[in-house]
Amino acid sequence: MSSAPALVVDRLTTEFRIDGRWHAAIREVSFAVGRHETLALVGESGCGKSITALSIMGLVPRANGRIASGRVLLDGRDLVQLDERELEATRGGAIAMIFQEPMTSLNPVLPIGFQVAETLRYHTSLSKAQARAQALALLEHVKIPSAAQRFDDYPHHFSGGMRQRVMIAMALACKPQIVLADEPTTALDVTIQAQVLALLAELKAETGMALIFITHNLGVVASIADRVAVMYAGDIVETASVEALFAHPTHPYTEALLSSIPRVDRDAGALKPIAGQVPPITAMPAGCRYADRCPLRVERCATMPPLVALSGNREHEVRCWVRTGDGGAAS
Amino acid sequence: MSATTAAVRRSAWSRLGTIVRRNKMASFGAAIVVLVALSAIFAPWLSPHDPLEQDVLLRLASPSAQFPLGNDSFGRDILSRILWGGRVSLYVSTVAVFIAIVVGGALGILAGYVGGRFDRFVMAAMDVLLSFPTLVMGLLVVAMLGPTVGNLILAITLTAVAPFARIARAPTLTVKERDFVEAGRALGFSNLRLMAVHVLPNVLDDILVMAALWLATAIRTEASLSFIGLGVRPPTATWGGMIREGFENILDSPWLAILPSLAILLVMLGLNMLGDGLRDTSDPRLRHE
Repeated sequence: MSSAPALVVDRLTTEFRIDGRWHAAIREVSFAVGRHETLALVGESGCGKSITALSIMGLVPRANGRIASGRVLLDGRDLVQLDERELEATRGGAIAMIFQEPMTSLNPVLPIGFQVAETLRYHTSLSKAQARAQALALLEHVKIPSAAQRFDDYPHHFSGGMRQRVMIAMALACKPQIVLADEPTTALDVTIQAQVLALLAELKAETGMALIFITHNLGVVASIADRVAVMYAGDIVETASVEALFAHPTHPYTEALLSSIPRVDRDAGALKPIAGQVPPITAMPAGCRYADRCPLRVERCATMPPLVALSGNREHEVRCWVRTGDGGAAS
Repeated sequence: MSATTAAVRRSAWSRLGTIVRRNKMASFGAAIVVLVALSAIFAPWLSPHDPLEQDVLLRLASPSAQFPLGNDSFGRDILSRILWGGRVSLYVSTVAVFIAIVVGGALGILAGYVGGRFDRFVMAAMDVLLSFPTLVMGLLVVAMLGPTVGNLILAITLTAVAPFARIARAPTLTVKERDFVEAGRALGFSNLRLMAVHVLPNVLDDILVMAALWLATAIRTEASLSFIGLGVRPPTATWGGMIREGFENILDSPWLAILPSLAILLVMLGLNMLGDGLRDTSDPRLRHE
């Protein structure tokens, strides 16, 4: 389907130091995103989605965090090995990120037009006037109404949805090959969410950029993603195309996630919360991390299951002894 | 950088404008300060006489049509000397406070942003500077290096650097944790740029308030040093120097000392009203007190 992937994440492990000991927040996470492709990273809070994004961007806080091993390949370059100066040139250039909180992610004391133009000026050799013109074009492109008049307005003049559009304009300013969106619609109203998602889909179709979309909202996943990677406690537990995942959720955690969202075609009483919570990273079980909450638990779950492809669908991989025991072992 | 500073300056000025319009005390203070500043800037055109021109016949003369505020012990025109003295006092203290803002502000933002050992080192150094009383610090520098305008500026700068470093550091500590700094990092901005373009405008309000209050202090320090003879050398007119000269004749011609004192009082009043007014509008918690 896709030719050379835009971004390859290869066995990425990121650790944090807590009380003098290093604990892995994400462990051997691997995936690839192709051009024009949207990969959704799904999971509940604390499962490592955002840490994965920060690790890719090289934004893991130096004070108590580190990328312990693994590679992040963009254009054949390993971002993990780059020094700070090279990373700065890459961030906002070939790779960009959209944050969750549009209300606080813009500098309150600088006009929005200036902030968009600043990104352009920083990464390109455009003159002040050129950057201004291009920033205006970008703001119009992300459908800020009467962008020319509002160019010198401050962030507090804008609604959350409009601010998120400004953030998107800043992220896309230098035509990145890959954009990481960390719950970009979570803080917005449902109607605004739909508009922002539509805008992202449109921009993606236009520019051919790859998109990594981080969310805990499976409804959003269904509407925007091509492929899904479900994360749990720092591991990818299931990865599949969006159709396969919704038609045949295989990992018990994916199943549980799907049955815990309300749907109009189901009785409200059928809504099942997942009992328990994600184990803290200081007390990770040695085996399958979902075992404690899993209704299918067997003795073998005390050792870590590998991510294996299902026999029916090579692109559908699952990390579960029970569910792959018959199907996966045969292949 | 020029685009940046222009945008920052524009926003700072427009905000300053709003603040002054909203607050009567601040605008009254600002009016006094502007008036004094204009009189100092245009002193050469406003003064009716040469401030250094002596006339023994007019020694300690009372006010007359030709000399509205009278004459001093050398027969020099007091009005002209007050206007020219304001020039020196305002020049020295404005330059000193400006340098203190640049140096102190940069140190404070850098210390707050970098944190850790560097922060502790810089702030310890600032505490050492703060431990000298303002006047003692001024005395030390001028007495060691000699009473020139440059050394006077240096002395006053040294007394004001530490407060500005502190006032810039505190908000930097919170601003650097805010989402837009992280977002800026994700856009590839260097630390220098984040400090100069994204942190600085957010701490500028606090610095502006401090600037008004410290300008008043600087004028007082300058006057004090001139009063004890460590300021600008006579016969150049300075407010502090005029008070000292007037002191010799305080019993028979008290206005010689009183008039320059009133000039100092007026500027300090204006600056303090401006500073307090600015603080009240930028800090809503203090508004009701």
